[in-house]
Amino acid sequence: MKTTRSGVSEKANACESRRYAVAKSHRERVGLVLVAVALMALPFVLASAGTAWVRITNFAVLFVLLSLGLNIVVGFAGLLDLGYIAFYAVGAYVYALLASPHFGLHLPFWIILPIGAAVACLAGIVLGAPTLRLRGDYLAIVTLGFGEIVRIFMNNLSSPVNLTNGPKGINRIDPFQIGPLKFSASDTFGSLIFSGPIKYYYFLLLVLLAVIVINRRLQDSRIGRAWVAIREDEIAAKAGGINTRNIKLLAFAMGASFGGIAGGMFAAIQGFVSPESFILNESIMVLAMVVLGGMGNIWGVIAGAALLSFVPELLRYTVEPAQRALFGKLLVDPEVLRMLVFGLALVLTMRFRPAGLWPETRHRRELNEGRV
Amino acid sequence: MSEVLLEARRIGKRFGGVQALKDVSLTIKRGEIYGLIGPNGAGKTTLFNVFTGLYPRDSGEVLFAGSPLSLASPHSVAAAGIARTFQNIRLFGNMTAQENVMVGRHVRTRAGVFGAILRTRAERAEEAGIRRRAAELLHYVGIADRADDLARHLSYGDQRRLEIARALATDPKLLALDEPAAGMNATETAALRCLIEGLRKDGLTVLLIEHDVKLVMGLCDRVAVLDYGEKIAEDAPDAVRANPKVIEAYLGTDH
Repeated sequence: MKTTRSGVSEKANACESRRYAVAKSHRERVGLVLVAVALMALPFVLASAGTAWVRITNFAVLFVLLSLGLNIVVGFAGLLDLGYIAFYAVGAYVYALLASPHFGLHLPFWIILPIGAAVACLAGIVLGAPTLRLRGDYLAIVTLGFGEIVRIFMNNLSSPVNLTNGPKGINRIDPFQIGPLKFSASDTFGSLIFSGPIKYYYFLLLVLLAVIVINRRLQDSRIGRAWVAIREDEIAAKAGGINTRNIKLLAFAMGASFGGIAGGMFAAIQGFVSPESFILNESIMVLAMVVLGGMGNIWGVIAGAALLSFVPELLRYTVEPAQRALFGKLLVDPEVLRMLVFGLALVLTMRFRPAGLWPETRHRRELNEGRV
Repeated sequence: MSEVLLEARRIGKRFGGVQALKDVSLTIKRGEIYGLIGPNGAGKTTLFNVFTGLYPRDSGEVLFAGSPLSLASPHSVAAAGIARTFQNIRLFGNMTAQENVMVGRHVRTRAGVFGAILRTRAERAEEAGIRRRAAELLHYVGIADRADDLARHLSYGDQRRLEIARALATDPKLLALDEPAAGMNATETAALRCLIEGLRKDGLTVLLIEHDVKLVMGLCDRVAVLDYGEKIAEDAPDAVRANPKVIEAYLGTDH
């Protein structure tokens, strides 16, 4: 009796959902093309406002990459990691050491980036193996400590063997170079000027695309389901046959690899790395991007990272002129206001959208259920 | 193939000063429904947790399908062929019913990170198989129409069914149900009984902890009674019901 009833409604449902899926995929495709065109044109629009804006965008994309990496650990597997920036640091220093006058090594970037990812991955496993018995707050504290240890190592590994050049950092890092195409210089094609930052922008966009595809595929896979299962109920996941230790380690390793790749690109773009770039604040910033955007949802995380990267910069450029125009003098320092607005935004998000601006579909579906 | 599926020998487990299990031995035969009953705190769930690797045992050994069962970790127990449900339902609340069952297939499938990233032919075939099997199992337990609903939005009875479907997804030889009828009304219990009988008909061995004595007596081929961590009886339901030691454990001495 039950089967006939469910059989009928199943058929109706399938029909409905297929029609919905077609409409959705068509709309999605148009949307994607529009977004792609906009992203391709973006650097030239920004360049007209100043190359600085292209650079800001590049750093924003780096943070998007970092957030997507951290999202695997925090969003999918539910492991709170407060030291994520350490993997970014590892990637950056690997690049710096292998492509700068510091050791006189100048390997090409397409060799170093995978090495950086591998070393960061290893660091992720080294951190994960002994700590993954911990949960929640305890894990957070240990990862926080790990992040600080990595930074302090980089600060102090200048003697007896000068490995990292200490707090002075490593200078004159090689930019990317593909054949004759140097990422440090401008090239002109017709009337378009491809400055260094614009080239990096396109490269970053490619990497971002790859990372999004990888993330989505992981999410819909056996491994991705295991991550979410662990997040939802670790004991049930274990009893259901998931080797939770290995699968959690895998989440750490994957997240760390993405951090390592982003770090390598950061070193190349910046041309300079020092321990100062990898302080706890940065870890917290990346975590804030993931949480604000909507843990577990790739698009939400991207939106969160873009928002938290751009809004402070926008404020920096608008607050001072606005105040001068309104009051004739500078009342509040832009830097102070930035943190103020940032804090306010986080508080408001937590108050009104606790699951993030663009939460994971599972959560959203359940919020909308009453309306459907 | 031997007739005995699981043999536990002198299992002991102690929590601090409490001897939760004392030299418990029992054998479960292939294809039977084996009931485990006893007053509250008798050690039923503890024994369950030992069998499924959630608690390390202090002494004794377990033979499963003829070979010693490593109880080191729950996932290896699941791989060996013991699946379980929980007394207080433990589903992945924010995953759909279908996804819950798909997670159950984890232990019988292989695809790793690279397969998933590259979407290899093998990975896609495996994924399609997982999906198909999950749909079959949801149908089998009778909640196919709830496949796309979040597990936590299912009714209580359906959640119990979903948990059974998830356990079945691991292709178990032995299905261990921890108080599946707890909190169910009469209709739901009757439906559950049909489901468990169906499982036996399909050749599965079932270990059942239950408080609902009517259900246990009606369903089980053999019943073991635990009291204060010791097995006081193991027999056919009618014989157990007449056993003076069992009556004493449940009702006290002066009856």
